[in-house]
Amino acid sequence: MATVEARRVSKQFGDVRAVDGVDLSTREGEFLVLLGPSGCGKTTLLRMIAGLERPTGGEILIGGQVVNDLPPRARRIAMVFQSYALYPHMSVFRNIAFPLKAAGMPRAEIPQKVEWAAALFGIERLLERKPRQLSGGERQRVALARAVVREPAVFLLDEPLSNLDAKLRASARDELQQFQRRIGTTTIYVTHDQVEAMGLGDRIAVMEGGRVRQIGTPAEVYDEPADTFVAGFLGSPPTNLVEAADVLVGFRPEHFLPREAHTDGGNLTTLPFHITRVEYLGADRILYGALEGRFEGARVVARLATTVEAKVQAGRTQDFAVRARELKFFDKVTGLRTTARVP
Amino acid sequence: MTHGEPRRRASWVDRAEWLGPLMIGPAVLYIVLVLGVPFLLALYYSVSDISMGSRTLGFVGLKNFVSVVQTIKFQTSLKNTFVFAVVAQVLVMALGTVLALALARDFRGKWIVRLLILLPWVAPISLGTIGWLWILDSTYSVINWTLEAVGLIGPDGWYMWLGVPWLAMGSVIAIHVWRILPLATVILLAGLTSIPHDIHDAAQMDGAGFSRHLFQITLPLIRPIALVAGLFGLTLAFTDMIVIFVLTRGGPYDTTQVLASLAFFTGIQGGDLAEGAAIAVFLFPLLVAVAIGFLRVARRAEVQ
Repeated sequence: MATVEARRVSKQFGDVRAVDGVDLSTREGEFLVLLGPSGCGKTTLLRMIAGLERPTGGEILIGGQVVNDLPPRARRIAMVFQSYALYPHMSVFRNIAFPLKAAGMPRAEIPQKVEWAAALFGIERLLERKPRQLSGGERQRVALARAVVREPAVFLLDEPLSNLDAKLRASARDELQQFQRRIGTTTIYVTHDQVEAMGLGDRIAVMEGGRVRQIGTPAEVYDEPADTFVAGFLGSPPTNLVEAADVLVGFRPEHFLPREAHTDGGNLTTLPFHITRVEYLGADRILYGALEGRFEGARVVARLATTVEAKVQAGRTQDFAVRARELKFFDKVTGLRTTARVP
Repeated sequence: MTHGEPRRRASWVDRAEWLGPLMIGPAVLYIVLVLGVPFLLALYYSVSDISMGSRTLGFVGLKNFVSVVQTIKFQTSLKNTFVFAVVAQVLVMALGTVLALALARDFRGKWIVRLLILLPWVAPISLGTIGWLWILDSTYSVINWTLEAVGLIGPDGWYMWLGVPWLAMGSVIAIHVWRILPLATVILLAGLTSIPHDIHDAAQMDGAGFSRHLFQITLPLIRPIALVAGLFGLTLAFTDMIVIFVLTRGGPYDTTQVLASLAFFTGIQGGDLAEGAAIAVFLFPLLVAVAIGFLRVARRAEVQ
């Protein structure tokens, strides 16, 4: 068991600064998700932790020890790749046994260990097959078993679910989390999928432009975004941002409801909303349109759960409202969170 | 109705059953005329009594084969062919793998190294070999000159590169390797670049060191394509005579004579077309067997 720490880690590729002074540290046994759009540096950061890429600045520590100069095999980490990277010419058994052989484990002990890892993921009956004879889900389990078999101190996962179809992804997510809880190994997981990040992570580090924009529990990054990027990246549809004097006001589409739907009263900010289009998505209705009155023309989106029975109609202007405490304020220039100012 | 006309004109071109044969036709014709007909002719000549200057063409069965196989010249050439082809191809594969592995990495000046390695393949073979003829010349050899200049041999110790049997065989093998190496390297390099990068990363993460990585991951993964390169090189080495023809003409005393050059000297220069043809097609069944064997193995490796 070990923690991973990055201290002012940078990576320069030619003129491009892929990772720009990242500070990050995991807790013992934590499931940390690196979340961000493609090109934000999350995979590069993971590869530097793995030792596949050398930082151009800063230090990486695993278990309190600086590992910048250590090759991957000396770092006691295992990695699962997006493509799974199974060795196509080896059987599942030999794939899983490969790290053990490389670590110099006595021949006689290998089969027992391989079977233990295979049993963890329920793939004992696949041991004689070649990777190309497996389904996507089975390949993913083999990749996980190969990673686990050495009992590494840290797990690195690079979008391991993105090659699975949507249905399988949900169940694989569930299995992955249960498995991580059971073995309790510190895990760093890279994804661009916010649903995966929210569902899996103990904490989420939201990255953009080579920097960590915010790190916190799923609830923290969703409810209290540190800047406009985080507010806009998380949530679907993203947070509405409306310009008001010298600040940007943000509110989530699901908090922007017809006035009459706010039954519990409280301090409401009312905004007239001209609806131009209604999308019916089964569980939700998504309303597109623009504000009127004080914020004339600002385009916003509202998301109504179908259980909200208010009547809405495209082409009409209706009074919508947000609870005052759901309004978040951001600096117009820096995009950072500022204190509440009544607009 | 105005747009009916262009559609009608397009119709026969659109039909694959016409267009396909039309497009492939010239290639088939070319292969039949330039390869097929001469090959069948050679097969027939080998069982006939044809010779230059005679107008008769009679069937004699396997007489040519029987008489040619009994000559010492033929037996020596057969042995030389195997030595030449097998040694050269083993060297080509070993060196080609090393070169391809080196070129698969990034380093400064990589393009110039690539260019230099590809050069022997781009240059006309006979021209390049004539260059080597001068380099290996008994009187003017640059190699001898260099060896003497650095003090490895005395003025009396100059090597007769093409005049001493084992040196001559070594020389023709070396030049043949020099010539085939670019092709093998490029094929193997293509095989190396087709391995997904993740596989190499995974092997590194799994703790594989250099030799484990090379022998258990990289080489097994390029095996199918390496077999193809090996097959090409081997058949070429078995049937080619340019290097030997330019450098030694089979000498000294037939010690570098191979079947291809012997067939040429017997059939074309000696005028005995029938025996020349018999020598030329002698290895054909063996080469077909080699080719089938290789392709089988390559296919199996691919399917795995």
